[in-house]
Amino acid sequence: MKEVQYGDIVLKVAELCKEANTNLGEDVLEAFRLALRKEESDTGRDVLNDLILNAEIARNEQVPMCQDTGMAVFIIELGQDCRIVGGSLNDAVNEGVRRGYGEGYLRNSIVGHPLTRKNTGDNTPAVIHLELVAGDGLKIHMTAKGAGSENMSRLQMLKPSDGLDGVKRFILETVKAAGPNACPPMVVGVGIGGSFERCAYLAKKSLFRPLGERHPQPEIAKLEEEMIEEINRLGIGPQGMGGRTTALDIKVETAACHIASLPVAVNINCHASRHKEAVL
Amino acid sequence: MAIRITAPLSEETIASLKSGDRVLISGTVYTARDAAHKRMTEQLEQGRELPFDIRNQVIYYVGPTPAKQGMVIGSAGPTTSGRMDKYAPKLMELGLKGMIGKGYRNADVREAIVRHKAVYFAAIGGSGALLSRTVKSVELVAYEDLGPEAIRKLAIEDFPAVVINDIHGNDLYESGVQNYRIQSDSDSAH
Repeated sequence: MKEVQYGDIVLKVAELCKEANTNLGEDVLEAFRLALRKEESDTGRDVLNDLILNAEIARNEQVPMCQDTGMAVFIIELGQDCRIVGGSLNDAVNEGVRRGYGEGYLRNSIVGHPLTRKNTGDNTPAVIHLELVAGDGLKIHMTAKGAGSENMSRLQMLKPSDGLDGVKRFILETVKAAGPNACPPMVVGVGIGGSFERCAYLAKKSLFRPLGERHPQPEIAKLEEEMIEEINRLGIGPQGMGGRTTALDIKVETAACHIASLPVAVNINCHASRHKEAVL
Repeated sequence: MAIRITAPLSEETIASLKSGDRVLISGTVYTARDAAHKRMTEQLEQGRELPFDIRNQVIYYVGPTPAKQGMVIGSAGPTTSGRMDKYAPKLMELGLKGMIGKGYRNADVREAIVRHKAVYFAAIGGSGALLSRTVKSVELVAYEDLGPEAIRKLAIEDFPAVVINDIHGNDLYESGVQNYRIQSDSDSAH
């Protein structure tokens, strides 16, 4: 059985938090450059150029690209033959978030209770999803999820008779309603199937996939390609001011579901699609 | 080509601005978001004065990240304006002339913008590192306990923004999208 030290997890998580907020992924930058070639709106082109410049400043000066440095959300793949030594995995992740957000001068955006709303002061607790997998590995996926786009996300329990058309309609309606609020060009994460809560999780999980990459299953890849076209016909454009680039990409994940159900979740991400991963 | 304007805003400046104009704002603006707006509204309800003279001023909806050593401010881009919709008409009634944020405003706010001759600007959401460079000084005004949500007075220079709602009732979020929308075959089926 492999052993991983509590302290090593803390250090790695802190690094991921800082890295995610200051160093925009090459996949996102490439998506900006591609969009710039297609964008017809002058204001839209200005926005895309400013976003590329903003990412450069953030990386060079090690400052957050956006002031909403997000809620820290983790998907952790823990091998069943891997043992955490020196403390609990949850504690290690939260300690890492506390350190990373402090050392990185990141904004503390978490309130401890949704109704009394007092800021916890260290951006904890993180949202941690654990997936138990075969082997002895420990893989940590992290995203810093901003609220502007998160707030525009939706889930609906469709009827099986609504079918693929119903799913497509719901995705388009959600993107349309999100408009400028979600800081477009956005990334659209879609979950189809599962139970109520698994569907939402699938939508979130899809956002961890790199931009520009299609789903390995051909029929899902086809749906992604069709929907990115449809979304970019809406005219919302960069920052919702009109243009061709409403979404940089769309990701779809599916799961088995009940004979009576067709759940669909759309988790919207802003253009600052901040996802990082590490293996311990 | 961007138009250079100064904040606080004069009547002439506001009257000259049109939805879709790109502007560079210099002068002073006040920061406030959800918690500060809630507190300001409570103070007014108690018959107390606002913590600053709001007449002709511009409020920037922002909650910056902490400033690193040697820097004036941290990352400082706009937050979603719709969360301030509940409070904005009252502030315009008291003389607020400009708001900088991002995203849709509701019908009450759009109507108040026309009635009180004010203007709503959007800055690029998620360009906080770039926008922070236009902030030259920061002074705490009120509600320090709110941390990033406190009211601060910012001196800005050539802060880039776009006019979304003007005094004529135009809305770039409607007109801009109409200009670029492509009707799909599936639209008629819906």
